[in-house]
Amino acid sequence: MTVALQVDVRVRREGSGFSLDVAFEAPPGVTILFGRSGSGKSTLLAAIAGLVRPSGGRVALGDEVWFDAGSGVDRPVERRGVAFVFQSLALFPHLTAEANVAYGVDPSIGRVDRRRRAREMLDRLGVAHLALRRPATFSGGEAQRVALARAIARSPSVVLLDEPLSSLDEELRDGLAADIRAFVRELGVPAVYVTHDRAEARVIGDRVVLIEAGRVRAAGSVDELLPASPRG
Amino acid sequence: MELGPLALSFEVAAAATLVSAVVGVAIAALLAARRFPGRDLLDVILTAPMVLPPTVLGYYLLVALGRRSVLGRAFEAITGQSIVFTRTGAVVAATVGALPIIVKSGRAALEAVDPTLLAAARTLGAGPARAFFTVALPLASRGLVAAIMLAFARSLGDFGVTLMIAGDLPGQTQTAALAIYDAIEGGREADAIGMVVVLSAIALAVLYGVNKLGERAR
Repeated sequence: MTVALQVDVRVRREGSGFSLDVAFEAPPGVTILFGRSGSGKSTLLAAIAGLVRPSGGRVALGDEVWFDAGSGVDRPVERRGVAFVFQSLALFPHLTAEANVAYGVDPSIGRVDRRRRAREMLDRLGVAHLALRRPATFSGGEAQRVALARAIARSPSVVLLDEPLSSLDEELRDGLAADIRAFVRELGVPAVYVTHDRAEARVIGDRVVLIEAGRVRAAGSVDELLPASPRG
Repeated sequence: MELGPLALSFEVAAAATLVSAVVGVAIAALLAARRFPGRDLLDVILTAPMVLPPTVLGYYLLVALGRRSVLGRAFEAITGQSIVFTRTGAVVAATVGALPIIVKSGRAALEAVDPTLLAAARTLGAGPARAFFTVALPLASRGLVAAIMLAFARSLGDFGVTLMIAGDLPGQTQTAALAIYDAIEGGREADAIGMVVVLSAIALAVLYGVNKLGERAR
């Protein structure tokens, strides 16, 4: 079953002159939101998750409506079943890696199974040795892997990533980018990935939506819109 | 040294701290979490006890809780005793002094928690209540504990409002702060000195503890 994420979001910030008016569709696979900082990509991602309330538009996953300004539907964040990887990663500093990952796993399956699931995910991302340590002691790459494990452990219906690799150096970035791509493929769900890095977009993305000053400038395949040769 | 007034002070302060911790943290969470109509007004009213003369505050409480007031009569109908000029009155007086401390510092501590962490909790399936209890509260805990310690120290020393609404009844509402006044007034300085030393020592110990908590938080 292929279910696409349909996004049509309008956000206005009173007084700032900033406005966002973007519509696109994200089928299973990785859709890149590509654009400069300040173009509204992160706000758009937050609106999809339900962290920012759009002033108009509609967000739906297949026939499951998450937000609809017309009919007043606004499903709370916690019931949208998204996985969100923040730019700052937002690992809980007071919890161990294992507890961080277990936090997002369905509470109805019981504590022991949640912990087991958390261990499994940490293991798959190669950071099982961090299970009982807290985030303050992690390196950048380690924190990144724990954050990814936490997002994916809850079997999300949509994965949202806000420049998750921006704080890493190039070598680590390439390894993780490939991992992210593999995980999203395996989940078979839509993923929306925000970045302004062309190389990263090419490694991870299937499709690209180019965002400029809060509007869609173009949408299409990665090769078409972000060709390998830089400058363009 | 008389132990009665000191024991009463501790009893009253403990009760007032408990009440103001529960109510104060809940209000602080509300003020920190969302904008709502009347938020600024609520903040001002809750902070007012810090700057109002105790006699003015005491007067308001007498009007609101006295034996002829609606609240006073309701309380008396249920418990069989009045709020004013009883131990309950002393607890109310101490609570009114302690509450602003917890609301102010509690709000600051809760607002210092990175909002992205709360957003992360929400995306991980936590409703607002679970996000508050599992993320905001633990991360603000040092600040909240410091606020509760200060509130206890403040409760222990209330004088003016206690005198206004609980009176100065030895054995019933005469806390250490009131007993010290009585002893000095009556030329019994020796009776006062022990209580003075104990209250001072507790105040200094609490402030030292609060500073230590602040250092470790950094």
